[in-house]
Amino acid sequence: MRSPSERPALEVRDLETRIDTKLGLIKAVDGVSFSVDHGETLGIVGESGSGKSITALSILRLVPKPAAYIARGQVLLDGEDLLEKSENEMRKVRGKRISMVLQDPQTSLNPVFSIGFQVVEAIGMHADAPRKTLVRRAVEALRRVRVADPERRVDDFPHQMSGGMKQRVVGAIALGSFPSVLIADEPTTALDVTIQAQYLRLLKDIQQETGLSIIFITHDFGVVARMCDKVAVMYAGRVVEYGPVREIFNSPAHPYTKALLNSVPAVEEDVDRLYSIRGQPPAFWDMPEGCRFEPRCDVAMERCKTEYPARFAKAPTGSGSHYADCWALEEPEWIPSRS
Amino acid sequence: MADAPLTADLADDDTGRKPGFWRGLRRLPLIPMFVLVVLLIIPALSADWLAPHDPIRGSIPDRLKPPVFFGGTWEFALGTDRLGRDILSRIMHGAKVSLSISIAGILAGGVLGTALGLIAGYFRGLADAIIMRLVDITMALPSILLALVLAVTVGPSFQTIIVVVTFVLWALYARQVRGEVLSIRERDFVARARVAGASDLRIIVRHILPNAANTIIVLATLQVGSVILLEAGLSFLGVGIPRPTPAWGLMVADGRQLIVSAWWIAFFPGLAITLTVFALNLLGDWMRDRLDPRLKEV
Repeated sequence: MRSPSERPALEVRDLETRIDTKLGLIKAVDGVSFSVDHGETLGIVGESGSGKSITALSILRLVPKPAAYIARGQVLLDGEDLLEKSENEMRKVRGKRISMVLQDPQTSLNPVFSIGFQVVEAIGMHADAPRKTLVRRAVEALRRVRVADPERRVDDFPHQMSGGMKQRVVGAIALGSFPSVLIADEPTTALDVTIQAQYLRLLKDIQQETGLSIIFITHDFGVVARMCDKVAVMYAGRVVEYGPVREIFNSPAHPYTKALLNSVPAVEEDVDRLYSIRGQPPAFWDMPEGCRFEPRCDVAMERCKTEYPARFAKAPTGSGSHYADCWALEEPEWIPSRS
Repeated sequence: MADAPLTADLADDDTGRKPGFWRGLRRLPLIPMFVLVVLLIIPALSADWLAPHDPIRGSIPDRLKPPVFFGGTWEFALGTDRLGRDILSRIMHGAKVSLSISIAGILAGGVLGTALGLIAGYFRGLADAIIMRLVDITMALPSILLALVLAVTVGPSFQTIIVVVTFVLWALYARQVRGEVLSIRERDFVARARVAGASDLRIIVRHILPNAANTIIVLATLQVGSVILLEAGLSFLGVGIPRPTPAWGLMVADGRQLIVSAWWIAFFPGLAITLTVFALNLLGDWMRDRLDPRLKEV
């Protein structure tokens, strides 16, 4: 447990991002809060379209302008509110203090420049040093992500590398300026399983070496189990359950989390039919008044239709806070909370 | 910039020879380059010293001399025109005109069009709407008509031609570059650069422009041909380079009436136009292949 005086590396409080669409104003991110400590990994899980990526882009203030904008909330990086910074100041945050790795390594690299040039460019954006120094730093960055023989590979072009290797180069670019927070937006979806495992291992190693905080966006609970310390489950723009990874796996509270976990086939069981959640996530412009999961929920009550559930926190028995938004949670094990 | 091997920076001294230079040289398309250099660049640079005769002042006794292998003499290797001017000398001086108009026009049109295309494609919105409407308007105006109007109002001159060429070309660049930018800006490396803290200007210059450069260079190379044709066409109509400046199109126009009796007057400048444009097109293709890193030897 962290002492109260120690600030989290990144804290998001009550973030709301709206998008102005033809069908009306939608809240793509609706009151999302979470925090990541130094050296900790937070997993953000949810279906496609649940607001995971928009949350990540909101942290960096890169939501697609002018349609999308951040309506309220705070994004505290070491206690500084990023939402109050100017665009120029934000540019010094991006890539320097918070880095992001995107989904597809095949296209994350500029095809017309050598990989060394691109690492040098990224490092050079945040450091004022002679070219030779930058090149040496780039080689070091490539070595840290276990690119074999980086001195020789710097002049290679992206098309000369494998997908896993490219993703490492993207990692070298992201980590080249030693950020304190790394946002990884489904970084392994485009990789095959063995390469994926290697890449996750690599991220873990780097985290141990540098004390990096990672926000891991994924829809793969297997990756969450392997990588994360904490999990935020998002549904229709809201965090519906939040807690330590063990708690989420051993005693999921929200019906949506349970359903998601049920959808992961267990290796030891012989199943004929894979479980799937019935129905579809609600459209953002046609949000249910009450609980957003209610139409698909097995334990829905009358109350769920009209009132958004209160937040219940698990009585402080385990470590860290574990809460969920669901009317079905009963006292005294779960106590109503608003935080 | 991108081609300079970074390994050279890792070496403590810079004595390391740049690899790939000779290999690159060997792959040059020698035939089109040779034709191009002989036909365009050497005469353009040295017409003042090398041309055997004055391109403007003829001598009446020597009028309508046929080329050397058709009953003429080596003194007028490609024959003479109605005013007794040496065709060879005029072609050489004409190369100077064609080359300078092409370079100036393409440079002006290319820079203007590329800049506007980048702005339109990258920022979209109002800027895009305005620029693309201007492109439509430009494309809708026939260039010959525009040249006629300018020639009548301002008078035909070298500058008029440059203005016309720029006006015709910029829209092509703007449209092509904009289309290219629209697809490039959605690619992940642009998103990655933005995430890494790059400014709009940096993204445009460092990430989008280099990826659009192939298109721009190929377009420019291919356009040297069409600019030469345009200039020739305008001169042919009498609204381009004013007489008696030697310009290829003008020479073809001059030879038109005598095409049956003295075919060489129109034939040789026409041949010069054809070969040059052909060589430039081959060069354009070669440039495109050479500039695409995916096609480079691994």
